[in-house]
Amino acid sequence: MSEALLSIRDLKVNYGGIEAVKGISFDVPEGQIVTLIGANGAGKSSTLRTIAGLVKPKSGTITYAGEDITGKDPTSIVNRGITLVPEGRRIFPDLTVKENLKLGAYIRKDDITDDLNWVYDLFPRLKEREWQAGGTLSGGEQQMLAVGRALMSRPKIMMMDEPSLGLAPLVVRDIFDIIKEVNKRGVTVLLIEQNANMALKTAHMGYVMETGRITMTGTGAELLADESVKAAYLGT
Amino acid sequence: MNKTLKNTSTADRTSKYVTIVIIAVLYVVLMVLDNLKATPGSTFGKILTMLIPVLRKGAIYSLLCVSMNLLNGFTGLFSLGQAGFMLIGAYAYAIFSIPAGDHAAVYQYFEGGAIQFSIPEILSGVLGNTAGSFLGAIICILIAGVVAAVFAALIGIPCLRFKSDYLAIATLGFAEIIRAFFQWDGLGRITNGSNLLRKYTSFSDMKIVAGETTVKFGTVFVFLIAMLSILFIILLINSSYGRAYKAIRDDEVAAEAMGINLFKHKMQAFVISSFFAGVGGALLAMYQTTVNAAPFKSAMTYEILLMVVIGGIGSVSGSCIAAFLYIACNEWWLRFLDSGSLFGLVDVPFFRDGFRKVVFSVIIMIIVLFFSRGIMGDKELSLKGVLKKRQRKKEAKAAQAEGGDAE
Repeated sequence: MSEALLSIRDLKVNYGGIEAVKGISFDVPEGQIVTLIGANGAGKSSTLRTIAGLVKPKSGTITYAGEDITGKDPTSIVNRGITLVPEGRRIFPDLTVKENLKLGAYIRKDDITDDLNWVYDLFPRLKEREWQAGGTLSGGEQQMLAVGRALMSRPKIMMMDEPSLGLAPLVVRDIFDIIKEVNKRGVTVLLIEQNANMALKTAHMGYVMETGRITMTGTGAELLADESVKAAYLGT
Repeated sequence: MNKTLKNTSTADRTSKYVTIVIIAVLYVVLMVLDNLKATPGSTFGKILTMLIPVLRKGAIYSLLCVSMNLLNGFTGLFSLGQAGFMLIGAYAYAIFSIPAGDHAAVYQYFEGGAIQFSIPEILSGVLGNTAGSFLGAIICILIAGVVAAVFAALIGIPCLRFKSDYLAIATLGFAEIIRAFFQWDGLGRITNGSNLLRKYTSFSDMKIVAGETTVKFGTVFVFLIAMLSILFIILLINSSYGRAYKAIRDDEVAAEAMGINLFKHKMQAFVISSFFAGVGGALLAMYQTTVNAAPFKSAMTYEILLMVVIGGIGSVSGSCIAAFLYIACNEWWLRFLDSGSLFGLVDVPFFRDGFRKVVFSVIIMIIVLFFSRGIMGDKELSLKGVLKKRQRKKEAKAAQAEGGDAE
């Protein structure tokens, strides 16, 4: 457990006056895809937002690469190599694809040409639409852009908040292929999803979250085979 | 592929040269206008007495609009404190450039005031009259900007934590407080209370006297300051800072998730915008030759906001075009509506004082209703764009002709 890149201990988060996360603990080992699945309002997004520094936790610790990063501001967390692909993609609609990508590397002061090429290599579609305004892209392309933008900060961990939200099933499959590809290239992924089926098929490890607590842990395959998970999240 | 690349670079180079030529011609024309002497009463004389003030005021308002656009259009902060920062700039400029000998007269109710020196005068002592008044004016303008920026930083600390409408209300309130504060007798030894500040360096002092001949630079001076300021803002908008401002405008949450420090960047944009509002205020003070806090009302801010909206929120060139058009219509082209007759030929009974404002309001309503994105939208007017468009049209025509031949 100690070699986990990111570990969360007894994290409690208040959101909008209620306790959205009620003391959870989990680990994200380096190089893996880890998923948190659960219904709407289970506290998944609050967890991610807290790790990203957008929300301050009520109590608990977040340790990243041996360092306590609890309550640090978003800038220093991005600086340490943790990046968030926000829910609903949230690309900058009036800026071009290239500007969006450059903003992903905003905190970096070094040369970003290599990373830009790396992202274009991963998403040739973005290269084609380099000069187009982000808002004119299709949903799937916007998700690619959001992922590309996040990768521009050269992260060690990429956290993704509901990447399949509002996308057609075929596009969702593409997105999960992208997640696998990104992971293969050495980026640890922490993924939260309502689309439990796809998420568990993709992930090495999964946690099931219910009303602010983690109720089940296992490998992706184990959870996929579990009867209660099937009944609650897979609809089979 | 190669062909288009080559075309782009030629378009780039041509547009660069053409821009330089246009600017050079503009300054030559301005200089000629500054020094033309027309017989008073002649048609040309009448035009000249309107044209020069309109050009000067247009340049000042262009800068004010662009500085407001930086905040409202590019950073997405809806601030209405413009008049307040202009007031601070105008006062700072005037206070530091009133000649020492005139202090007793200007501050007659306040024992000659607290500040007993004049920067242009001190510099004139060292560098001679001409260089002294030019450099002195420039330094005082910079001081005006810095003072406005310092006030902005102080106000920004509490205000920039607000969002959208609340920021507008807070900054509007601040501008009104500043206006009252500057008219307060307790500050009279500096601000002259509610009395006018006058006799400071104005556009008419921007001249070179060599023996019998005098060369005036008033309009050239204001254009130069406004143009350099706008150029700085354009460079800022196109830099990585500018990108961060636009990101904050588009989506604060995403910007924060990218590691952009929201407060720091908002503060930066606010302070820089206020700096140039202060510079604009100083230029306005030079233009008016007297300064008083009373006219720096919220209506002044709304007027600038209106120009920004007419020009297109998020377009620098739109702001400039709108500022010149608005000033020209307001001060000159629509004046006949107040004169009682149509071009002095036909008497029109309802062409009375104030009718101009009625027509103006209707025009503005039409613009806002039917051209809600403004003249330019968020596009920029650029020679490069025009040249490229022409190139593309030509190519399309050539392609069409070729296609026609093939048939």
